[in-house]
Amino acid sequence: MAGHDTARDVYRQALPVILVSLIAGLFAGTILGSETMRAGISEVPGLLLLLPAFLATRGGVYGSLGARLSTGLHQGLIEPRFRLDRRLTNAILASFINGMTVSVFIAVVTYLWLTLLGTAGNLLQLVGIMVVAGFLSAVLMISVLITVIFVGYRRGLDPDNVIGPVVTTLGDVFGVLFLLVGIYVVGVVL
Amino acid sequence: MTDEWSIRRIVRTMIPLLAALSVLQLVSGTVLETFEAVLVSNPALLVLVPVQIGTAGNLASITCSRLTTQLYLGTYELDRSNPDLRANAGAVFALAGTVFGIVGVAAWAIGVALGGTLGLGRVLLVSLVSGMLLAVLVVVTSVAAVEASYRAGLNPDDTTIPVVTNVCDIAGVLILFGVVSVVV
Repeated sequence: MAGHDTARDVYRQALPVILVSLIAGLFAGTILGSETMRAGISEVPGLLLLLPAFLATRGGVYGSLGARLSTGLHQGLIEPRFRLDRRLTNAILASFINGMTVSVFIAVVTYLWLTLLGTAGNLLQLVGIMVVAGFLSAVLMISVLITVIFVGYRRGLDPDNVIGPVVTTLGDVFGVLFLLVGIYVVGVVL
Repeated sequence: MTDEWSIRRIVRTMIPLLAALSVLQLVSGTVLETFEAVLVSNPALLVLVPVQIGTAGNLASITCSRLTTQLYLGTYELDRSNPDLRANAGAVFALAGTVFGIVGVAAWAIGVALGGTLGLGRVLLVSLVSGMLLAVLVVVTSVAAVEASYRAGLNPDDTTIPVVTNVCDIAGVLILFGVVSVVV
């Protein structure tokens, strides 16, 4: 009877997605374990504290942008063209504002939490790192998502099946990478 | 008429959710911060962190989506002899075993390349034990969440998946470091 998958069927269907996210996780982990990053972790108090929140909100912000664009395409509210359409620009701007606001929010909450734990943190340093990392992730995630969704849609791919893996994979790998860039930039400026 | 595509509306709906989510994630962050010294001297363990977080959420979202679909199709029933439930649980354990076996070896190798000294046996033990505990947690939480939202009359697609995914992400880090503190 249809609808009754065995454990083997479920395993086979889920394995590809899980393996893609595994490879992304290993890339992200390698950047995280690199000597430069470990030096950064030791030097910047609060970096490990904000890491899970920073990575999780990537998924929240850009996953929802993807879902919104996908729904818009299915409903015929937006067209799969790189044109200045009001709905499209609104969705993009809103996700940019969300991404940046939450990044700064995470920096501030991390600083407050550090202070509460009795560790001396540097608010300017944390905000700086989050602004740089948040901005770079926003630019990359928005451009890649739109390209993948539009090009995929025109070729007959259902965007709903593409968004999840794209957001998880790119979000983690580039999230950690841009965090490293943020530490470097803030280290040079401050 | 409210405009679903106005910037103000998108930002206003998302920001409180995202803010709450990031405060919740500080729980994992605090655990990571507590283990800073161990993590910095053992890169293999740092490699495990993103994989553990990502896989936990993925397994949870797959299980929840499947259970939700079965709920709508009318084949879901909270019973130990339910073949769909058994298939889901079996698949989650098999997936966890596969992924965390590969991850253990990979994290060890990357750790060595990055100058770490932790042995293969230990990294593999940490990875597999925490991975299998995570699988138990994913199955239990997903079933409980779908059952709870079904009884409360909520649509599990809207509420369950985001909640369970985040809970499993956080629990993934807690379990990982519970195991690390015993093994390493």
